[in-house]
Parts: sequence; structure tokens; C-alpha cells
Amino acid sequence: MSADVPRSDAAKRGLRLILWAPLVLFLIFLAMFASGLIRPGSRDIPSRMVGKPLPGFALPEGAPGHPPLADAAFRQGQPRLLNVFASWCVPCAAEAPQLLQLARAGVPIDAIAIRDRPQDVAGFLAKWGDPYAAIGSDVDSSVQIAMGSAGVPESFVIDGKGIIRHQHIGAIEPEDVPAILAAVRNAR
Amino acid sequence: MKAKHQRLVLALLAVVAIVGAALLAMSALKDQAAYFYTPADAHRDKVPVGQAVRLGGMVAGGSIKRAADGVTIDFTVTDGKDTVPVVFRGITPDLFKENSGVVAEGRFDATGRFVADNILAKHDERYMPPQVAGEMHKSESLDTGAKAKGGRT
Amino acid sequence: MIAEAGLAALWLAAALAALQFAIGALGLTRGREAMLLSVRPVAMVQAVLAALAFLCLIVVFVRVDLSVALVAANDHSAKPLMYRFAGAWGNHEGSMLMWVTILAAAGGAVALFERRLDERTLVATLAAQAFIGLGFYAFLLFASNPFSRLFPVPAEGQGLNPLLQDPGLAFHPPTLYIGYVGLSVAFSFAVGALVTRDVGAAFARAMRPWVLGAWIFLTLGITAGSYWAYYELGWGGWWFWDPVENASLMPWLAATALLHSVTVLATRDGLRAWTVMLAVVAFSMSMVGTFLVRSGILTSVHAFAVDPRRGSFILALLVLYIGGALALFALRVGTVREGSRFDPVSREGALVVNNLLLSAILGVVLIGTLYPLGAEAVTGEKLSVGPPYFNAAAGPLALILVAVMAAGPLMRWRRDELRNLVGRLALPVLLVALALLGLVLLAPPIGIFPLLGLILAAGVAAASVAPLWKRNLRRTPLFTYGMVISHLGIAVALAGMASETAFIKETLVAARVGETQTVGPWTLRFNGVKPVAGPNWTAIEATLTATRGGGRPYLLTTQARSFWTPPTETNEAAIQTVWDGQLYVVLGKGSDDGRWQLRLWWKPFVTLIWAGGGLVAFGGFLTLVGRVRRERRAARAEAWA
Repeated sequence: MSADVPRSDAAKRGLRLILWAPLVLFLIFLAMFASGLIRPGSRDIPSRMVGKPLPGFALPEGAPGHPPLADAAFRQGQPRLLNVFASWCVPCAAEAPQLLQLARAGVPIDAIAIRDRPQDVAGFLAKWGDPYAAIGSDVDSSVQIAMGSAGVPESFVIDGKGIIRHQHIGAIEPEDVPAILAAVRNAR
Repeated sequence: MKAKHQRLVLALLAVVAIVGAALLAMSALKDQAAYFYTPADAHRDKVPVGQAVRLGGMVAGGSIKRAADGVTIDFTVTDGKDTVPVVFRGITPDLFKENSGVVAEGRFDATGRFVADNILAKHDERYMPPQVAGEMHKSESLDTGAKAKGGRT
Repeated sequence: MIAEAGLAALWLAAALAALQFAIGALGLTRGREAMLLSVRPVAMVQAVLAALAFLCLIVVFVRVDLSVALVAANDHSAKPLMYRFAGAWGNHEGSMLMWVTILAAAGGAVALFERRLDERTLVATLAAQAFIGLGFYAFLLFASNPFSRLFPVPAEGQGLNPLLQDPGLAFHPPTLYIGYVGLSVAFSFAVGALVTRDVGAAFARAMRPWVLGAWIFLTLGITAGSYWAYYELGWGGWWFWDPVENASLMPWLAATALLHSVTVLATRDGLRAWTVMLAVVAFSMSMVGTFLVRSGILTSVHAFAVDPRRGSFILALLVLYIGGALALFALRVGTVREGSRFDPVSREGALVVNNLLLSAILGVVLIGTLYPLGAEAVTGEKLSVGPPYFNAAAGPLALILVAVMAAGPLMRWRRDELRNLVGRLALPVLLVALALLGLVLLAPPIGIFPLLGLILAAGVAAASVAPLWKRNLRRTPLFTYGMVISHLGIAVALAGMASETAFIKETLVAARVGETQTVGPWTLRFNGVKPVAGPNWTAIEATLTATRGGGRPYLLTTQARSFWTPPTETNEAAIQTVWDGQLYVVLGKGSDDGRWQLRLWWKPFVTLIWAGGGLVAFGGFLTLVGRVRRERRAARAEAWA
């Protein structure tokens, strides 16, 4: 057994250094993980649409009982909120109470339903509440992509001249409501 | 082998194996990692012919053409600044259509055409691949392209 | 009420884990015998409480109690019972609860059954196990409570996604989890042994069944996952080197290495430090795998569904456990006495080579999986690492490994003569030469790797049964049969992979109804297409009749399905299994002129891949049974003495 045989110092030191190598390697990997977690920038797609005019579109009716939606609706002098959603999208249901709250606060809200069917949208509205004035149906996502929207739900604050003033990516959480109300107020 | 140093020898062997694996991995990565390009990047960086890369952008409107054999298609990928002609033989995924985001895996041939082995489909289509979405947003000409398209909708 | 009971049980289990850790640590440092004795019962009660909490979650899911937020988000009263049941762990919170339940159950089982290990080491092990559990309890209770209530109560749940209603998806994660948690027990044993500096044969024998069990489940999980991707995705491939697949492969590689080194430690008392290191690495890999999948930093398409808090939490646990264990390793292992020595040419030597190669493959896979992350962090460049890299870097190493695997079991422990080994290897080598000759003469020109693979598979198959040569088969221990069968399984799987790669035939056409196509030896007549509908999808269904030579015809139906909620298209491949392979047919899109895209594959002997995986797992099972039986007999003999 080696314990009773004195080993040369160099060998001992070499071994001791190697023993720390796994920990050092692990810490390097860890730094990589942490950087992947901390930089949300790579995932949150920066908005390039703020300050740009809304693209032109005219969408057919997205749900029975709601008028269809065209870009002209956003050039009437009053700021409006445009919500991009879908009945098959779970986070969209999660933000429904916040949209209702915004509608009660007097914000006019229109919607674009992505790759959806009118009867499904109607079912979604019956279940989760209906804050919308007009709803357009974007069957092939073309308007969504033109708006620079990467997914659902997304919401845009558009001023009375059809210029996008604010873009909110993902579901509107209760804590996001004041920021959106402020954006609507500033768009006046 | 000096018997009393067996533990040290084993430890050194382990280090050699891991370092060797890392070197092997790095040399293989140099040849095999597929970098992501948009058409504009690809033209600027002059991607070598035959190197495996990913090409991302939008399928240009009206550019999809089916060959007579029914399984080969030609189309153009654009990022708003530049375009690349692509040829692909196979079954295209559901989400592949004109004016939609696309990521193609393959390589450039000598004529500057991109030969795709694979067109990426995502199970969850709620979100574009972040790479595409990020690049699309970087492109300043997006809104003009969008307007032209929006008019047709 | 049930949800509250579950939450209470979870809190109690967490408190007991804290107690288990505290009395274990105090008992060891202060040397209080009474404290040491009370650790076992605490571990058992903790297991019962955790199981109770998990049971409560299953009950609220089966009853569709929509006042529980998790149930409302993931369940639906129209779901079949089996998927309501499996839905309990088909989500983040539930899967984490399942994880701690298995963890606690494993701790309880160690407390209940382990009798031969030194009591102090056992207590240190259970304290380490409780410490791991504490992190996950905290994660559950503070960051992802599965029992939180929802008000107002919704009328219906949201979990009716038809794509997730698949038996493969329901039972695949638990299989992998049991594997991961088994490795956590090995990790705890390693930490316990480091704490008491008692790294020896007894420790290895206590750890071995857990490593074996974990390895069996990981093998099954990977095999089943591979077949699931093969039939479900409709892409014709069986391994995609996807980060999620790699996350299950990396722990398997580490566990395989550990399995072999722990045998050296148990049988010959060698490779002490190395075995401890591997136990730490194996569990690290299962944590890293969980972290990668759960945090979403690699599969970032789903990034929106991921809570960065959860990723940070798992990262913190990773630092605590793995960083702590590695620091303990660096500090303590130098003071652990060196194990017994061996010659380079010996069974131990071959197992060292096996371990080094497995570690190198693990390194290659790990680097390839994480490289896109690192490259983006350092240079900001976006890139992907796919099959070309993994095949080029890991393939040759794997082939060398398989060759070593053939020779290893034929070597003697401690010291062997190269000359004798050559004699024992003569028959397999001869077979390899014959296989080579046959393939070169008969087979069409094929790539170098498939060729090597086929030849090696033949040689390894022969070599793997060679240990049974000239032995009394009835007196050969069960675990030797297990090893032989597992090695044979590797050869079988390798033969399947090589054969599929080398002899695959593919036809891609746009066909009219009534036309015939050929792929390999098969002739397929395209009978027609018709629309069909399911509960939430519509589909185009194509039927084809396949015949080979004058043989019996097979009817194949394949569908291109469109789902509405969420809008998704899937290809339901038609797969016809015959004794020597599979026909794999996928329907593509129709064109305006009435033609349909069809992709036809003939994959000779592709089924051997999964049959091999099953054999490997079965061999592992035989070994486990054999080892446990021998241990119990030894324990009884000790009790008599």
C-alpha cells in the first residue's frame, strides 16, 4: 500500500493539482450555463417596430358578432390596443383577465386571431371573457409576420395616426397593466 | 511502470483522455458545426462551397417552383436585404410556405445556389426559431417589405 | 382538501429531510450513537410522506379538481383515465414532485435494505441523500408548488392537447427519472464514503445494485425514446443527436463507465478514487440533463414557456451539489488509501481503457451539446452542432470501445499474458476475418464506418459469448450470463445500426394513384387516398400494397394529419415489420396534377437496434438479480458466523 511508502514530492503535487481539475472544469461549464441564463437578450426579440407605422392590412371577420379589422381603424385619432392572440394558445387565456381590466379602464382593444377558426375564437371568448371591439382573422400569419410579431400573445399600443408606440411580447401579467395604461395615455 | 505511482499514472491517463476528447471535439467542430447565416451574411462572408451551414430568412413571395418530378422544389430565401436561390428535394414541412420564416440546412454549390438537405419544421409553431426572429428584426428593410405584402392580404 | 393534504405531506417530508441531514451530520461529527441509529427510520418515514404527497397529486388529477392551478392548466375531464393519471407528471411541477418522491423512496430503500455497509458510511450516505432532497423540496415549495389553488375555478381544464396523449410520452419520463435518481443514490454513497474515508470493496458492493438499476432504466429509456422518435416523427431516423436525446445519453455513458469501474472496486479493490469521481460525474450528468431540458437554454424554441427563475434554481442546486462534491473529492481523495494494483495487461487494464474511452465519448458529446451555448456567449455567433459532428467525433471512439469490449471479458484479473489472450481471441478474430471477406466479396460497396461496424458486430457477438466457452453452464453465475447478454446486445444493436446505414434503400417520388414504385426488393402499389377524420384532426390517408418477389402482400396505410388545436401537422408513418427489416412509408403533399409525394424506405435489420437495446437492459437485469442474490447469501452467511 502506498500510504506507508513515502512518495516523491513532485508526484504528490502533480496528483493534488489533477484532483482539483474536475472542479475547475465544472466551474467553467457553469459559467457558460449562467451566461446562457442571464442574457435574456438572446431570447427576447428586441422590438424594431416601435415608432414605425402599422403595415396595411384588411382582415376578414375573426369571430361571429365582431366587425372585421383593417389598419384604417388605427388612424382615427384615438390610441388603441391591438392584441395578437389565438384560441389554441394557453398564455392567451392567462392574459384574458388583464385585457378585461384594460377594457374596463376605457382602452379600446382590437384583436388579430392567428391561424384560428371563428367558432373556436367564439368558444374562447365565451370561456375567458371578451374585451375586443373588432377581431380580424389572420389564417396564414402573414399580418402577424408583417407586424414583426414572433409569437402569440403579443400586444401593440398604436396611436391615432397608425404609428406603433409600444410592443408587449408574451402574456400581459397583472404587473404589466400600469405600463400599458401609461403607454396608451402617452400615445394620445 | 513504477508500481508505486499507479494512482498518478491513472490520473494522468484520465487527464490525457479528457484533453484528447476535447481536442478531437474541437477539431471536429471546426469542420462540422453549422453556422447560421442570413442571405446577406452569406454573401458578405463568402461561405465556402460545400460547407454545412444553416440558412435562415423568409421564403420570398411567388418564388416556390415545383419541378416536373413532383418532389424537387426551387425557392428564394430573403432577409429583406439580399436573396439566395435554394433547391430542395423531399417532403416540405407544413409551415413551409411563401412569406413565412424558414431555416434550411445544407450547403452552397459552386454556382451560388443553396442545396438544402433538410427544411426545419418546428413542433411548436407558436414561435419562430429565435434565430430567424432575431435576424428578421435586425433587418431595417422589414417594414417596407411588410407593407408591400400587407397590401395583398 | 386533498391538495392541502398533499401540500402538508410535502412540507412534512421536507422537514424530515432537514432532520435526517441534521441528525446525520451531528451524529457523525459528535459521535452520538443514538443519533446515528435514528437516521434510518427518519429516511423511511420521509419516503412514505413524499409518496403520499405524490399520491395526492395523482388523485386531484384523476378527479380533475380544477381548483388546483396545475390541474386546470394540464388536465381535462374528457381525457381518458390513463392520461389524467399520467398527466400528474406530464408537467414541470408534477415531474419535479415525482423526482423527489423517487429520491425519497430510494433513500428509504437504502435505509431499509442496506445491512453490510459500515454504519457511519451509511449514515453519511443518507445525510447526503437528504441534502439533495432538501434542494428539490425547496424548489417545489418555493418556486413551483404543484398544489397551489386557483380562484375563480375555471369551468374546464386546458390540457387536451392530443399530441401529448401518447403512451410513449406518458411513461418515458418516469423511466428516465428512475435512472437519474438511481444515480443520485450512487452519488450519495460516494459522498458518504468520502466523508468517512471508507472507499473500499464494501462501499462498492453497496453502491453496485443502485448503479445497475439506474443503468437498466436509462438503457430502457433511451431505447424506448429512440423508437418513439422513429415512429412518431415520421423522419425515418432513430437518433437525431438532439439536446434532449443527448441529455439522456450523457448520464448513460457515465453510468456505463461507473458500472464497470465499480466492478473493479468490488472485486479487486482497485480504482478507488476513479470510481468515486465517476459516481459524482454520473449524477452531475443527470442534473445537467435535467437543467438543460428544464431551463430551456438549449431548446430555446420553447423559451417563452420557461421561467428563468426555475433555471436559476436548478443552477444553484448544481453549484451546491456538484461543486460541493468535487471540492470534497479534491480535499479528501488524496487521503484515501490507494487500492490494490494491477498489471496494464489484465481485466482491470481493459476496464480502465473502457472507462477512458467512455469518458472521452462523454466529453465529446458534452462539448458538442454545449458548444452552441458557449459560442454564442463568447463570440455572439449562432450555430448548430448536428449529426455530422457527433458521428465524426464519437463514432470512431465508439468503435474502438466496442473492440475493447470484445477482448475485456476474456482477460484475467490482476495479470494476464498477451500470448494467452491472443489464443483466447483467435476464434472471434477468425470470425471477423471471415465476415470481412464475405462482405468484401458479396456486399455492394458500402461506407467505411458501416463496414467496420458490421465486421465488429460479428466479432463482438462471437467474443461476447466466448466467456461461456468450456465452462460448466449450469454452475456459471447469473451475473456472468447477464454480462454476456448485455455485450451481445451491444453487438446486436451495432449490427442493426451498421446494416441500416449500409443497406438502406430510399425512394422519393410523386406518384399517381394506381402506379407502382420499387424500393430495394419491394414493389409497392399506390392504391389510393381518402380523407379521414378523428376527434380533433383531419387527415389524408394513403393505402399501399407492398410485395416482395412472389411473397404475401402487406397493406400499408399512412396519414398526413392536420390538428386544429393547436394547428399542427404530423405524418403518421406506415411501418411494416418483417423478419429482416422494416418498410417505412410517409405520405407528403398532393400536387395540382393529382400526384402525391411518397417517401419509401427499406431498412434492412433496423429492428436489431432496439432489440439490442432490450437485450442490453435484460442482461443488466440478470446481473442485478444475480448480484443481489449473492449479496443476500453472503449477508446470511455473515449473520451465521
